[in-house]
Amino acid sequence: MKIEFLLNGEAVSVENESPTRTLLDWLRENRGLNGTKEGCYEGDCGACSVMVTSQDENGTSHLAMNACILFLPQLHGKALRTVEGLADDQGNLHPVQQEMIDHHGSQCGFCTPGFVMSMAAAHQSGQVNHNDTLAGNLCRCTGYAPIIKAAKAAEAAPKSKTLAADAANLPSIDVSQQSHGAFIPQTTAEFAPWYQDNPNATLIGGATDVGLWVNKLFRDIKPVVFLSQIADLREIVETPGGIRIGAGVTMNRLRTAIQPRHPDFAEMIRRFGSTQVRNAATIGGNIANGSPIGDSPPALIALGAILRLRQGKKLREIPIEGFFIAYGKQDRDKGEFVESIFIPTQPDNLKCYKLSKRFDQDISAICGCFNITITDNSVTDARIAFGGMAATPKRASVVESTLIGNPWNEATVRAAMAKFATDYHPISDMRASDKYRAHTAQNMLLRYFYEHQSGPKTRVLEQRP
Amino acid sequence: MSIRKPLPHEAARLHVTGTARYVDDIPTPANCLHLAFGLSQVAHGRIKSIDLSAVHSAIGVVEVLTAQDLPAANDVSASHHDEPLLAVDTVHFVGQPIFMVAATSHALARKAAQLAVIEITELTPLLTIEEALAAGSEFEDPPTYLKGEPEKALNSATHQIDGTINIGGQEHFYLESQAALAFPQEDGDMLVHSSTQHPSEIQHKVAQALGQPFNSVRVEIRRMGGGFGGKESQGNSLACACAIIAARCGRPAKMRYDRDDDMVITGKRHEFRIDYRVGFDNYGRIQAVDFKQYCRGGWAQDLTLPVADRAMLHADNAYHLPNARITSHRLKTNTVSNTAFRGFGGPQGVVGIERVIDHIAHHLGKESLQVREANYYAPKSANAGQTTPYHMEITDSVIDQISDTLVDFSGYSARRTAVTEFNAKNSILKRGLALTPVKFGISFTLTFLNQAGALVHIYSDGSIHLNHGGTEMGQGLFTKVAQVAATLFAQPLSAVKITATDTAKVPNTSATAASSGSDLNGMAVKNACETIKARLVAFIAQNWQADPAKIRFTKAGVEIGTTILTFQEVIATAYQNRISLSSTGFYKTPKVEWDRTKGTGRPFFYFAYGAAVTEVVIDTLTGENRILRTDIIHDVGKSLNPALDLGQIEGAYVQGAGWLTTEELVWDARGTLKTHAPSTYKIPACSDRPAEFNVALFEQGENTEDTIYRSKAVGEPPFMLGISAFMALSDAVAACGDGTQYPDLQAPATAEQILKAVMAQKGETW
Repeated sequence: MKIEFLLNGEAVSVENESPTRTLLDWLRENRGLNGTKEGCYEGDCGACSVMVTSQDENGTSHLAMNACILFLPQLHGKALRTVEGLADDQGNLHPVQQEMIDHHGSQCGFCTPGFVMSMAAAHQSGQVNHNDTLAGNLCRCTGYAPIIKAAKAAEAAPKSKTLAADAANLPSIDVSQQSHGAFIPQTTAEFAPWYQDNPNATLIGGATDVGLWVNKLFRDIKPVVFLSQIADLREIVETPGGIRIGAGVTMNRLRTAIQPRHPDFAEMIRRFGSTQVRNAATIGGNIANGSPIGDSPPALIALGAILRLRQGKKLREIPIEGFFIAYGKQDRDKGEFVESIFIPTQPDNLKCYKLSKRFDQDISAICGCFNITITDNSVTDARIAFGGMAATPKRASVVESTLIGNPWNEATVRAAMAKFATDYHPISDMRASDKYRAHTAQNMLLRYFYEHQSGPKTRVLEQRP
Repeated sequence: MSIRKPLPHEAARLHVTGTARYVDDIPTPANCLHLAFGLSQVAHGRIKSIDLSAVHSAIGVVEVLTAQDLPAANDVSASHHDEPLLAVDTVHFVGQPIFMVAATSHALARKAAQLAVIEITELTPLLTIEEALAAGSEFEDPPTYLKGEPEKALNSATHQIDGTINIGGQEHFYLESQAALAFPQEDGDMLVHSSTQHPSEIQHKVAQALGQPFNSVRVEIRRMGGGFGGKESQGNSLACACAIIAARCGRPAKMRYDRDDDMVITGKRHEFRIDYRVGFDNYGRIQAVDFKQYCRGGWAQDLTLPVADRAMLHADNAYHLPNARITSHRLKTNTVSNTAFRGFGGPQGVVGIERVIDHIAHHLGKESLQVREANYYAPKSANAGQTTPYHMEITDSVIDQISDTLVDFSGYSARRTAVTEFNAKNSILKRGLALTPVKFGISFTLTFLNQAGALVHIYSDGSIHLNHGGTEMGQGLFTKVAQVAATLFAQPLSAVKITATDTAKVPNTSATAASSGSDLNGMAVKNACETIKARLVAFIAQNWQADPAKIRFTKAGVEIGTTILTFQEVIATAYQNRISLSSTGFYKTPKVEWDRTKGTGRPFFYFAYGAAVTEVVIDTLTGENRILRTDIIHDVGKSLNPALDLGQIEGAYVQGAGWLTTEELVWDARGTLKTHAPSTYKIPACSDRPAEFNVALFEQGENTEDTIYRSKAVGEPPFMLGISAFMALSDAVAACGDGTQYPDLQAPATAEQILKAVMAQKGETW
């Protein structure tokens, strides 16, 4: 397998490396590029952030990514910038680097290269929502204020020509490759039969979960197949009836695509992982790994989404809630994979409530998604689903039936709140106790009611000093 | 003059370009070995058998050692020699190293370390404070500080209340995990690069592990990627392991903990339970307080005793307690051995008294600020002769001035009204506001540690080489000390080369800890520079026939009467005239003396003061919360570098607020840490900083003691400003009730804790 990409402007070709070699280890151990740091080796601290430039049917993108959970084949055909390659060709510091010095944005300096790369990627993409673009970079020294000042101060500076030039020099890579127990297909038509023949293969979309299997659990996951070159899995198709999202669509692209239809879903995705994680993670991966605390399944269940599975040439469509059978068990045959998800067009009644210890970049203790239809002040339909309340993402069917057919008032809501105890028997773990989960699940319905009625304010994130 | 300027961190340019070198970045030869520990999965038990055959035969493995293979001392303890590098017979916590693997790569070592088969006969572990108390498992008899007649005063006070607060621990989460690298030298010598706040201790431990005198080991550290106390003693294991393997195999050896291993193996901030009884009058003036502090020390002593001492020493915070009794239980448990963490027990002591004040205010239905003001130590000018519970007279208090200034600066009164109005209008969201002060004692309480050395060379071209015993972990120590040297010779900062801390240059150093770094090392460097300067002045006076009183080092050069020579010319001439241009420097803090067993004396040279106002909002349906605004005034004396000082204050506040809000350590019933990675342990992220954050230095600040340019230490004191966030949350919870029931918020105040407290206020069942 031959992996070709630009490294700080220079074409490199990597052969004879394990397909699950992480970019971070390769940079530090093979290339002596020690500026990229290891802070956690699981994509949660951002010290290893690098910038990846790529071009596809959606245009050019400059994305911050975590090098510790990025396997080398994922870089094939792209351009990589590390902190060593951020200054311009004359050696002048990038504006974010200079502003970090001027605003005292570094103390111990260990997280700084990662911050600088996230800031540079945001700057190159014209993004100024710094709390979001830097949510995936942890700093233990500064308290962040000077870093944000630096990011703001750099906003007005012109974009880097050096970084922009990478897009024009990307290696061309339109050939599928297969060797060393790894496969990089170019189309679904190529991948589907291969997977039927190799049903034990590990599918890698963004590697934000699989990366941890390798780094932390020492799992041998071969054979592996990298799906990121498959353009048709990245498609988003809008029709009057709904929106179809390919399994390979990243969470950040999903966020943009879903914003006009269901802004609260988009707001929940804003808090899903971090910028670096959302730039890599795919919707297909978030569904297919079947986690009881994945955040998109409860929203998709509440929206009545339909999952399309494919096995060879055979297609199958099921309501997404039917996919999650039990903990670790999904309705997926050998060699079958999630191809796309379809969300029917509907009035936007969706609210998503994600509870976690920290607002940003935290796995949900509970994620409740509510889609309640009120007609003539009466509940005519209700789809409510939760993550973190059971062994799978699960609907609150008793709560739903208690609501449906009744007048939309606080008495109905309170009667339905009592039914959560029938629908769910949550557990206690390091994220929350069973009682906290039980109480807040109920209270979320009350919050939905208040929000619907323009009642008292309930969201602390919308409060200003 | 270089001092007092807001200069950037000396390594800022290296940081932002990724060229600042940390231990793991040091180039190593291809034959370097990489180490990992095999860890106990059991909290307490006897080792029955260890089968390492699969480890030995794993790919890349070169050496596997257990306790019996060690060449000399099996001891990495910072204090009591009760902490073996590798377990002997018994394991004492989940995560205790049992064996070490050396392999050809970091990944292969980690992988191989998973393959051991270890049989352990489990014994009943003592995991909690309560279990240890019941079993009488304490490191020493509980010491008590006694002032006045607390029992009598309590009983005769108009009001008496009591309560308990549990305070969680805290993971340091330095971004650079622990790391060490050892290079074997000739004749059994060893060079060790260690990410440590305490190179001298690393030197001693490594020498003992090798069975060599101290002079055969040299330890070097240029910088750490964060320390916060977590690298005061916790690096000993890695450094010793590397040195042992390096000596045995004749190859360099490196060890760095994977993040999960780091969080499982290394000590944390001590969990505390504090029981209190307090008697007070109608104004909220404290007549007497009785504290019982219980701290979870973990399985070995490490620094638990001095940490628990400092908690006792800060049980008064900024308040005069006429009668007090403070008792401290230091509990030995089958959990990780807790260690130093910014504040070193002080923050837990301060939380105790702030909790008491908050409780008093709630009991009397008073604004908590009034109760605080009623209890502040009197200012110096009042000459009130007030003493602490350990009988040290307070002569430098500026807390009343800082508090008053902050009340104006933050618009406290108007905002109190606004918060009350907000809470009346909003049934679900509630706001809270609190001002908390801090008074923090500066000096090592182990008095002999208050010493420092420096080594300054001037080369014949006039460039200056600076070295001292302090270590750089991001706090800006090297910048400040270089500013001192540059100022003394009136040279630009760029003329001063800052070099790695090195036990071969400055020996017998204390840890860079207790906020003392710039106080001690700044003075030692000043002493060294002044020695050289005195030689230069004597030489100039003789060589240029000048009056010594008229020789001045200025920006323009060296002024000799009306003649001005460049510094470089003077140095070159001095060299040619065989003047020594190198000097050591030394400093020891005056006036401090402390009898730890009696609980009397003057443990601190001086105090640092500050105060913060925090406003929060909580959601009473979920417990979710936000810090909306924070205002801080903090006293750094006359600042050596205002930019670095502000950075320390802001960072410490956020770290302190994190400790008391989102940072929750969770162990399961078997004593296994469940929050061992950033995916489950949540330090503040970018958006968690206060939405509005106003921080100012106390303008009138000036150290009354003769410290380095009258500055004050800044590393730890502002950490306790974060307590205002916790008290503001308590205030918001109180707004959910009718005033009859105290919120009784426990720390950390996670969303879950807040919801629980809110429901109690509303009379709902949890």
